[in-house]
Amino acid sequence: MPGYSTPGFDTLALHAGAAPDPATGARAVPIHLTTSFVFESSEHAASLFNMERSGHVYSRISNPTNAVLEERVAALEGGSGAIATASGQAALHLAIATIAGSGSHVVASSALYGGSHNLLHYTMARFGIATTFVRPGDIDAWRAAIRPETKLFFGETLGNPGLDVLDIPQVSALAHEHHLPLLVDSTFTTPWLMRPFEHGADLLYHSATKFLSGHGTVIGGVLVDSGRFDWDAATAATGRFTELTRAYDGFHGMVFSEESTVGAFLLRARREGLRDFGASMSPHTAWLILQGIETLPLRMARHVENTRKVVAFLAAHEKVARVGYPELESHPDHALAKRLLPRGCGSVFSFDLKGSREDGRTFIEALKLFSHLANVGDCRSLVIHPASTTHFRMDDAALARAGIGAGTIRLSIGLEDPDDLIDDLKRALKAAGKATAAPATR
Amino acid sequence: MKIAVPTSTGPVEAYAYTGGQALDATRPCVVFVHGALHDHSVWTLLARWFANHGHCVLAVDLPGHGRSAGAPLSSVEAIADWLLALLSAAGVERAALVGHSMGALIALEAAARAPERASRLVMVGTAYPMAVSTALLDGARDDPLAAIDSVNAFTHSTLASKPSHPGPGAWLHGANRALMRRMQAGQADVNLFLNDFQVCDRYRGGIEAAARVRCPATLVIGERDQMAMAKHAGAIAEALNAPTLVLPVGHALMTEAPDAMLAALRTALGVAPATATA
Repeated sequence: MPGYSTPGFDTLALHAGAAPDPATGARAVPIHLTTSFVFESSEHAASLFNMERSGHVYSRISNPTNAVLEERVAALEGGSGAIATASGQAALHLAIATIAGSGSHVVASSALYGGSHNLLHYTMARFGIATTFVRPGDIDAWRAAIRPETKLFFGETLGNPGLDVLDIPQVSALAHEHHLPLLVDSTFTTPWLMRPFEHGADLLYHSATKFLSGHGTVIGGVLVDSGRFDWDAATAATGRFTELTRAYDGFHGMVFSEESTVGAFLLRARREGLRDFGASMSPHTAWLILQGIETLPLRMARHVENTRKVVAFLAAHEKVARVGYPELESHPDHALAKRLLPRGCGSVFSFDLKGSREDGRTFIEALKLFSHLANVGDCRSLVIHPASTTHFRMDDAALARAGIGAGTIRLSIGLEDPDDLIDDLKRALKAAGKATAAPATR
Repeated sequence: MKIAVPTSTGPVEAYAYTGGQALDATRPCVVFVHGALHDHSVWTLLARWFANHGHCVLAVDLPGHGRSAGAPLSSVEAIADWLLALLSAAGVERAALVGHSMGALIALEAAARAPERASRLVMVGTAYPMAVSTALLDGARDDPLAAIDSVNAFTHSTLASKPSHPGPGAWLHGANRALMRRMQAGQADVNLFLNDFQVCDRYRGGIEAAARVRCPATLVIGERDQMAMAKHAGAIAEALNAPTLVLPVGHALMTEAPDAMLAALRTALGVAPATATA
């Protein structure tokens, strides 16, 4: 195995965390579909429970197949470790619940996936965790929102669905100035397009349902820690992170930051969060996501290549009012995207159709290759109308703050032949035009 | 726990991890000494095991590292004196000294300076002399973060260490890089990387120290170690008349092979499985 130099991204995508199985010689990662693991002896059992030895006890807490996925994503992100979760939403919840509780406060970007907005605005509020939403590019608003009880800054690398580029260097610098960690949702970019830790983020997560797996068959999430945030220093300065820096009665009186200088966050997230909330990933799901990650570099390059062709087609089309893709000079974050996302801005973007809601409906229903569904990051191309689906709980003002109009259509460009995708769009745009021109008899 | 260590300028606070148990100096004591740009956390699994199996444990943060205050010390001899002073301040008269890499040299020198206070000596991931290449020292001086990445790559022998440390899901390359960077960033006025590697490079008293050691000694080395190569451990093993236990790992023995390291340490410290108490 490599080890004498720093392995490259493509090598890590295939090898990080996995070696031929020592028991069977199996070269591919085995699926360890078992709830639990036999102890060698009573003494071995006690040592595992007491964290004197490393190993697996029960698959809600850890599993060998999941561990390969966790190590692999951590390696690709340049992190210190990771935890696989039941979904991306479970990863976000685990991140927040590990360091926040009743009375805590989060400052979050307003350009979020609708589900994340729901979790923060409605559900976490019910558990006493408040959130202030700010425009991701308004650094003064981030600063003004900080309270003594603030525990976390949170945003998406590319905001959903307007693709606002989060200025991670700027926002993380402000967070660190106030001894706060920055968590980012890195789902749209994947580590192939951007490694947020290199720009200052402290924690990140993926909905692995999307590009990491790529095949659209499983739901999963991965929470990754950079290992860089100094919880002890932050606690000393602000008193904020005693969850990680003071003895925890719920686990042997352990002080997590003493147990692991750079792994305290993940220790508590696993030993408390997975144990008590239980939103763990099935080993079969972990295995399927690993199959996807093996080809992540190849797929992401093709996703971006196809997207650029589709974006160019739409931007020049008379029925299209606006294309929101940061590689276009018209996008407000174009300069930032050039700096932070030189490999491309992913394959999810939105555009505004000229015409009525009826035109939008006709357009979506006329598409044949694009599938109308609520997902992104599939190898197949997808389409959705955010205002009536993913973001339907947001009122008009919140929609406007997130950059969503009534006629906004979101595309997720897959790996098909790009000419076929453009033909499909061309046909649907023509149908939408006919909908406007036709007499209103329907 | 915090320990006030007397120095020529007055007491300076040091930190030692005690394995999750209160320090009881009446028990057989094991002292763990970390290597360059590390802290106590490379030992926590092993420290917890010994602390829960009848031992008094101190996994120290060396001066200027992690939670210990004070400036980093610049020689193996000075750090050995500090270690002995720390043990006295903690009320520990005699202990088994276990060190990794630079820490192995410190444990050796401490066992030589106070032979009556060392019950056992275990040198992990060690070589003697522990010469550091001019290129690496230059790198440490001119571009320490890049040099950390280089050392981190040479420290690990695989991309898939199981069951990982401190638990499943930890990516050892990333965690070690983060730890080394954290230690480096903790010193505003001193290039800790350069300091620690110079400490290793300059130490010349190993063979003489070995002659003064009176306790049983053991070497535990990684057969794929690229930082302290196994072939360079023979002279010090011979001088100590120490058996050498070879593990199929690289320089990061405690994190790449925590179970094998526990077995090796039990052998080296004379803690046989049959006598262990859960």
